[in-house]
Amino acid sequence: MTSAPLVHLFLGLLLAPLLLGVINRTKAFFAGRRGPPVLQLYWDLAKLLRKGAVYSQTTTWVFQAGPVVGLAAVLAALALIPFGGAAAPLHFNGDLLLLAYVLGLMRFFTVVAALDTGSSFEGMGASREVQFAALAEPALLLALAAAARKAGSLSLSGILPAAVPLSPELALAAGALVIVFLCENSRVPFDDPNTHLELTMIHEVMVLDHSGPDLALILYSAALKLWVLGALIVGMLVPTVAGVPWVANTVIGLAGMLLLAVVVGVVESVTARVRLVRVPHLLAAAGALAALAFVLVLR
Amino acid sequence: MTEPKPKSIRNLEPLGLDKVPVLDVSGFRRTIVDAVRNGARVSSFFGVPASALAEGNAATPAPDGAASPVRLFAVLASVETGTLSVLSALVQGEYPSLTPECPQVHWFEREIWEQWSVKPAGHPWLKPIRFHAPYAPTGSGAAAGAEIGVAEFFRIEGAEVHEVAVGPVHAGVIEPGHFRFQCHGENVYHLEISLGYQHRGVEPALVGGPNRRTLHYLETLAGDTSVGHATAYARLVEALAGAAAPPRAMSLRGIALELERLANHTGDLGALAGDVAYLPTASYCGRLRGDFLNLSALLCGNRFGRGLIVPGGVNFDADRELIAELQARLAAAAADVQGAVELLWQTPSVMARFENTGALSLELATELGLVGPVARACGARMDVRHDFPAGIYQFVQVPMSTWNTGDVFARAYVRWLEIQKSIAFIQERAEALPDGACRQDLPVAPDRRQFAVSLVEGWRGEICHVAITNSAGRFIRYKIVDPSFHNWIGLAMALRGQPISDFPLCNKSFNLSYCGHDL
Repeated sequence: MTSAPLVHLFLGLLLAPLLLGVINRTKAFFAGRRGPPVLQLYWDLAKLLRKGAVYSQTTTWVFQAGPVVGLAAVLAALALIPFGGAAAPLHFNGDLLLLAYVLGLMRFFTVVAALDTGSSFEGMGASREVQFAALAEPALLLALAAAARKAGSLSLSGILPAAVPLSPELALAAGALVIVFLCENSRVPFDDPNTHLELTMIHEVMVLDHSGPDLALILYSAALKLWVLGALIVGMLVPTVAGVPWVANTVIGLAGMLLLAVVVGVVESVTARVRLVRVPHLLAAAGALAALAFVLVLR
Repeated sequence: MTEPKPKSIRNLEPLGLDKVPVLDVSGFRRTIVDAVRNGARVSSFFGVPASALAEGNAATPAPDGAASPVRLFAVLASVETGTLSVLSALVQGEYPSLTPECPQVHWFEREIWEQWSVKPAGHPWLKPIRFHAPYAPTGSGAAAGAEIGVAEFFRIEGAEVHEVAVGPVHAGVIEPGHFRFQCHGENVYHLEISLGYQHRGVEPALVGGPNRRTLHYLETLAGDTSVGHATAYARLVEALAGAAAPPRAMSLRGIALELERLANHTGDLGALAGDVAYLPTASYCGRLRGDFLNLSALLCGNRFGRGLIVPGGVNFDADRELIAELQARLAAAAADVQGAVELLWQTPSVMARFENTGALSLELATELGLVGPVARACGARMDVRHDFPAGIYQFVQVPMSTWNTGDVFARAYVRWLEIQKSIAFIQERAEALPDGACRQDLPVAPDRRQFAVSLVEGWRGEICHVAITNSAGRFIRYKIVDPSFHNWIGLAMALRGQPISDFPLCNKSFNLSYCGHDL
């Protein structure tokens, strides 16, 4: 037993906000701007944590519980994710189902906190979030099921050290996961994290009423979610090297995460957001890819 | 005795006020309805208290309970003949509304009701548009001092219908306006737009002018249309005095007007790209808009062209070096804007958002009296520069740009076509700038009461200013119609049956002015 799992957990906690900084710098590069500092989210979190929070009189404890439960859920998810070829801090048979459900719990509390405000915008955002999640979750589970069958293990830690060479089935599953990754983290082409237009938002509109430390928790949770789902994709696609110290594999994994962030930035720079009614089509495509992968591994 | 016919005049042709025909109300209604049916458009429709017209000074309050007579003036624009028909009627308290037969006057009739307490009986949706106290405090008018924005809104009842209210405070730094959506899920059944938050009382403040303040009121009427409104005003004052700006000033005014169009159209295309999260065009157009604004600053020291246009000409001459620099910088910006904008048409994900979004039919646009690029995007062939040319446009034609789909793409593409035409126009005019003075003193206006109309194609569309002067040459009434006044209803109609998430995109494709509407 090495200390690798705990180091990886700590790296995730520390470096997750960095991914968003890298995405934003990539987008700025394509737009011909200098862009915000890579560490901007860290400064924002520090600023928000020092502020007070404003609560609407129409909200109840549910509204305040939303960000806390969301963070707790995503921390649990982080503990389930293996990184750099090493096992996750927490692993057992069937933990891939738990991963899907703790992420579902996070979403559920974000949605009820949004509904708790009674704002028509947040209601719209909640309805969109749930609608798209209903399509994204089957895609996620099918992709994981395909990988689980291929690896012959029901634990993420048994699945994720990437197979070399990458099989076509896993490539399909990874493709589905990339689509789910973009949707779940409200990135272009599903959502526009930079927009100020309430009527077009999905995720952002649900957290409009949160402020101060609550908002900091939400932003940090979102960064962790990006890390968790990103680590899933990187784990599936980036091979680990046998016979080297685990630190080397950790560095390879981190390089994979940074590359993923750059890819997200490039995608956001060269495509426009799809029309909201077309989002289910894209998610259905992810579901189809995952189903195909699952059928192929059952052969 | 035969009934008087409406008087036909040209853009900027002054008419003695006593020559403006007064029809009886039924003849007035019939004439307008028939003219609009035959292809005319209501450019302006407003009231003036008869007492102000008789004495040539501000309205005096009538005794309590008695409705004072108000004279309604209508200006009808006929694109086919290039003429304007002017007619008027005297009404007292109430008259049968024109809106049921001629929908494009609906906003004008609400305005007349609010300003002068003259009720258009039978108007299907009579409520204030700016929520100010009536200018003449009598009759059955809008509730005096009604709280702004507080009114009945159109509602749809039903278990699955929900209402979304947006504004007047928005998430971005934009002007205030209130939008009520009646939605079924993501679909919009109906949108009602409530404005008036920017009302400043510009029209009453202009009465008694022209004076030293008048030009500044007009330049700040709608900040992004400073040159357009200042041009309309300067030409109107010149026309009333029976003069015109010298040729060099005409060219410089034309260059300034087209620069304003360039800056705003470029900014709009960038904003449209931003709304669909398409980064490259959004970023580059944001910078290029600044480049065009800086060219206006090169001419006169102000990025919005303030202080450039004055009655009698322009305030700043352009020497040879300045013109050379203007041409060089314009050519550089033109190359950049081509690269940035053509990316839009080449990117399928952008086109998927633009096409078939917020489409308006030509019939609807014509019936509602829409103007400018919005109307041209539906295929309407109208452009003041072409139909009612004045100033430099009498001598140089700017080709009209139209498209036929009426959707967001059409509104964007017409802007791009106009950008290209404007760049070519400026380059040609800068090359062939006439010699001579750029400003002249105006003769004293003739000592008779006059009526004159000034039309200018601002970047948003037709700007219509109407001045009525007393025998001392002072304004009894200065009526302003910003293109936004015609087009807000077009936005509301474009949203019917659309997903609510496409509202920001549709809104940006119209990009209407709140303060230009609210005055």
